Amino acid sequence: MKHAVINPVYRKRLLRHRIGIFLSVAAMLVGLVFLLWILSTLLINGFSGLSLNLFIHDTPAPGTEGGGIRNAILGSLMIVGLATFVSTPIGILAGVYLAEYGEENKFAQVTRFVTDIMLSAPSIVLGMFVWAMYVDVAKHYSGYAGSIALSLIAVPVVVRTTDNMLRLVPNSLLEAAFALGAPRWKVATMVRLKAVRSGVITGVLLAVARITGETAPLLYTALNNQFFSADMNAPLANLPVVILQFAMSPYDDWRELAWAAALLLTFSVLMLNILSRTVFSQKTPN
Amino acid sequence: MSPMQNAVPAPAPKNKTIEITNLNFFYGKTQSLTNVNMDIHEKQVTAFIGPSGCGKSTLLRTLNRMYDLYPGQRAEGQIMYRGRNILDPGQDVNMLRAKVGMVFQKPTPFPMSVYENIAFGVRLYEDLSKGEMDERVEWALKKAAIWGEVKDKLNKSGLSLSGGQQQRLCIARCVAVKPDVLLLDEPTSALDPISTAKVEELISELKQDYTITIVTHNMQQAARCSDYTAYMYLGELVEFGETDQIFMNPARKETQDYITGRFG
Repeated sequence: MKHAVINPVYRKRLLRHRIGIFLSVAAMLVGLVFLLWILSTLLINGFSGLSLNLFIHDTPAPGTEGGGIRNAILGSLMIVGLATFVSTPIGILAGVYLAEYGEENKFAQVTRFVTDIMLSAPSIVLGMFVWAMYVDVAKHYSGYAGSIALSLIAVPVVVRTTDNMLRLVPNSLLEAAFALGAPRWKVATMVRLKAVRSGVITGVLLAVARITGETAPLLYTALNNQFFSADMNAPLANLPVVILQFAMSPYDDWRELAWAAALLLTFSVLMLNILSRTVFSQKTPN
Repeated sequence: MSPMQNAVPAPAPKNKTIEITNLNFFYGKTQSLTNVNMDIHEKQVTAFIGPSGCGKSTLLRTLNRMYDLYPGQRAEGQIMYRGRNILDPGQDVNMLRAKVGMVFQKPTPFPMSVYENIAFGVRLYEDLSKGEMDERVEWALKKAAIWGEVKDKLNKSGLSLSGGQQQRLCIARCVAVKPDVLLLDEPTSALDPISTAKVEELISELKQDYTITIVTHNMQQAARCSDYTAYMYLGELVEFGETDQIFMNPARKETQDYITGRFG
């Protein structure tokens, strides 16, 4: 049974509520439609290319049949792996430093500001920077240069999430640890960092997801390698650059490989995101 | 009422653990304690009462120099604890806090297991074997009257306990490091009546081994648990004496008004 709403103030509020809900749902649908569109296009075009060959053959030479992206998968894993290995400790330690000293120390405040700028820096600029500082000096492209460029992207992400998570820890918890006579470094690492451990891990995973798909910085640094190589000190094949190169090529089978590689890359990133949001989902401290 | 009873009551001659002399406290430019003088007696419970914002928590937080964590807060005067002025800049605050333990208004278990919550503080100052640590954890949990409830969940997170259990866990954590003085900052204000009763019972037992100071908003609690009571108002110590005296026959009219509920 429906009651007519008589109270005019309430009626107005109800109207506003409905408009608000309508707009939010509409915005969500717009975002979702494009996401699903992208994913379905990828699936339609890339699914046929998915096969075991992808993982056991290297990128083909022009004009040859078949081929896979084994070298690109390995190269991406190595470049991203090294970048993660380097940027995780640096990012977490810097985040702890910012959360601990950010209120009282000018240097920390400047660091936080610079980190924010780095977060929004175009990745191509970071690629050019590493090219000028490393590749141009060493006179050759290399996997190491790629890892450096990706680290420059990942570190600010890890710093920011670590800093943000740590600042959610209530003062009361810190005071409780100090009240036992714990020195500051112990409170910072064993109580404060521990309280937001899963949030920090989520931050690292999101940073990994972010750098896995970066293309521009790798164009300037790791470049590409048509052959199988595990030498980090030489040009190294990697998924984003292979996708770029093959997608622009005139050969149908290359373009099919590019679709398959794109599908593989997108779903790995999607899995990382889902992993970070489910397995390591954060219970907010207190 | 004889004039004698109106005189400032001389506390019974017991050992003084802490002597506070001319204590002033500032939050930046705002003065929040003015000229506080009082003694805290060994193995007795001293309660601080007074309306919100009167400075009772501030006073408590000077006793373990908790205010040190925040730049801009400072204390002047003298707090003698076992023969040393703890306001002395040379005082090692970590050592002080290990001796003068504190339990807070809101239960604050660390994000670790029940066992680790207790062991954390002990490990800071003692190097115990696994067996000794097990014993210490059990001893502390028994002291805080919570052993029976948690002995089967020592490896569960401290956060999984109920509010009342969490608070007793925090008391156990504080007791485990074998402090000398316990500072309790409204330890029952977030607890239900049953948990409150348990904590109060605990206070009277702990008093046999520890010097206890408690901040409370609950007048009955002060009357039930404490031996000495300090009534504070606007940053000043209005009256301090034996609890019976303060509650039955206060020397100052302001104290009487507050206690009888005519004010506050």
